[in-house]
Amino acid sequence: MSHRSAGAGPSTVSRGLRPSPDRLSLRSTSPRRGEKAAFGFLVLAAAVSVLTTVGIVVSLALPAVQFFREVNVLDFLTGTSWTPRFTEKSYGVLPLITGTLWTTGIALAVCVPLGLGAAIYLSEYASTGVRKTLKPILELLAGVPSVVYGLFAVTFVGPVVLKEWFGIQVQTFSVLAAGLVLGVMIIPTVASLAEDAMSAVPRSLREASYGLGANRMRTVLRVVFPAAVSGIAASLVLALSRAVGETMIVAMAAGSQAKMVSDPLEGGQTMTGFIASAALGDSVQGSLQYNTLFAVGITLFVLTLVINLISIRLVNRFREIY
Amino acid sequence: MDTGRIQASESPRAVLGCTDVSVYYGDFRAVNEVTMDIGVHEVTALIGPSGCGKSTVLRSLNRMNDLIPGSRVTGTVAYHGQDIYGKDVDPIEVRRRIGMVFQKPNPFPKSIYDNVAYGPKVTGMKVSSMDDVVEESLRGAALWDEVKDKLKQSAYGLSGGQQQRLCIARTIAVKPEVILMDEPCSALDPIATARIEDLMMELKKDYTIVIVTHNMQQAARVADRTAFFTAEAAEGHGDRTGHLVEFDLTTKIFSNPSDNRTEDYISGRFG
Repeated sequence: MSHRSAGAGPSTVSRGLRPSPDRLSLRSTSPRRGEKAAFGFLVLAAAVSVLTTVGIVVSLALPAVQFFREVNVLDFLTGTSWTPRFTEKSYGVLPLITGTLWTTGIALAVCVPLGLGAAIYLSEYASTGVRKTLKPILELLAGVPSVVYGLFAVTFVGPVVLKEWFGIQVQTFSVLAAGLVLGVMIIPTVASLAEDAMSAVPRSLREASYGLGANRMRTVLRVVFPAAVSGIAASLVLALSRAVGETMIVAMAAGSQAKMVSDPLEGGQTMTGFIASAALGDSVQGSLQYNTLFAVGITLFVLTLVINLISIRLVNRFREIY
Repeated sequence: MDTGRIQASESPRAVLGCTDVSVYYGDFRAVNEVTMDIGVHEVTALIGPSGCGKSTVLRSLNRMNDLIPGSRVTGTVAYHGQDIYGKDVDPIEVRRRIGMVFQKPNPFPKSIYDNVAYGPKVTGMKVSSMDDVVEESLRGAALWDEVKDKLKQSAYGLSGGQQQRLCIARTIAVKPEVILMDEPCSALDPIATARIEDLMMELKKDYTIVIVTHNMQQAARVADRTAFFTAEAAEGHGDRTGHLVEFDLTTKIFSNPSDNRTEDYISGRFG
């Protein structure tokens, strides 16, 4: 009896140590359908954004190519008269480009100092409590619809702020008012992204600077700023792209008269402003009038692309990698 | 091994004198009533178990704690008799005279040259030749021969030990009187550590050094005086407040300490 039980012992043990053949198998024991579905969804999600971009480029390019069959590229790029909807048609895009450059330039003049100033304040000077209150408010401001800013520009900034308060004789529609409000609209984007970049600079670098007897401003300008420059530049590039591409504010506040803008107190039309005002559904598909929209669109696209490429170059040259 | 060690002088000729220094983070008292003198041209080591507040004490010596929101210091830290926490004292001036080297080497993401030139530039030091200042500082930190041909290269290309010596060079470039070192060798290998220790023995001819270290052998090797800290739970709640147990000549601390807790710690019985 003791012999039998002793024999039973090892046999139970050996069953534990040496499992039956199917338990030795290393094949997957569950089908894991969920994982495959999740993988499929993720691929799809990535593909959608890539395909959308390709789709945009193609749908911009095809009508634009049509357009440039009828209008000489050089005439388009160097012409100073833009009258595609008049009987005497002229397709020189420069007036629209000058309109865009003015509003963008004025916007940058507003948002670069104010946005970076706000970022430096929030990241380096504000106490934790102030930062935790101010930053969400700032980001909320970025969510105000641009049509609201547009109204604000036409009804308040132009006639009240500029004319009454500062006595600047702007016309009803002016690139100045549009550019100023455009700049204000972009401040939160710059401030928030630049603040993220500066806050990400390791504290040890700041301590090193303070430990050498540097004051706060020197530390910000010579250590934090150079170390964060790639993020700061990214915020400015995004701001620039938004300024170039923003439509509602300029369509409402800058006016719709396409002319070479030389005085910011006057109105002017931007590329986006033209597209918004001309894309009203009355253009027959395939007509020159229709293709004009896409020619301007692709000009805008290329302009933004060139700006981004230049910025990336500049950043790689100046950034300090920590 | 004892060359350069201060012999038998009981109380140091003080550059820095702490009197009843307590440091608070918000309501939490991290360190309670430390009183000790830092002797001129000596190496003073602060040792003790983790969380005993030795780094906090060190950082209170050049107002580095100011940078931590909610921190507060009571008592006085006198620099040549002048309280560095006094009303009209500029912390920036304090830090110029009392420099700091950190635990992890933290060179700026700039060239080796610019790292050393940074301090003199931002503090507006009048220098006749920045090149000379850089060379002199790098020589002072025993780094010159290794980097003289690559001054324009990034400091991040240096090894950890070289980076730490660069940080020392950067600190001495502004000609401070005292150098605070917060576990400067804890991120380094033994060879790099030995080089920094040799360097400290050189530096103390010109500077006063206060070093926090976890390595008791290091304290025994380099320090003229050693302060032993420990942390004990305050009555009522679980927060541990650090305090100074014993401060004496290193030889005395390591051969014949007067407090049992010091003896237990240095003989490895706790901490």
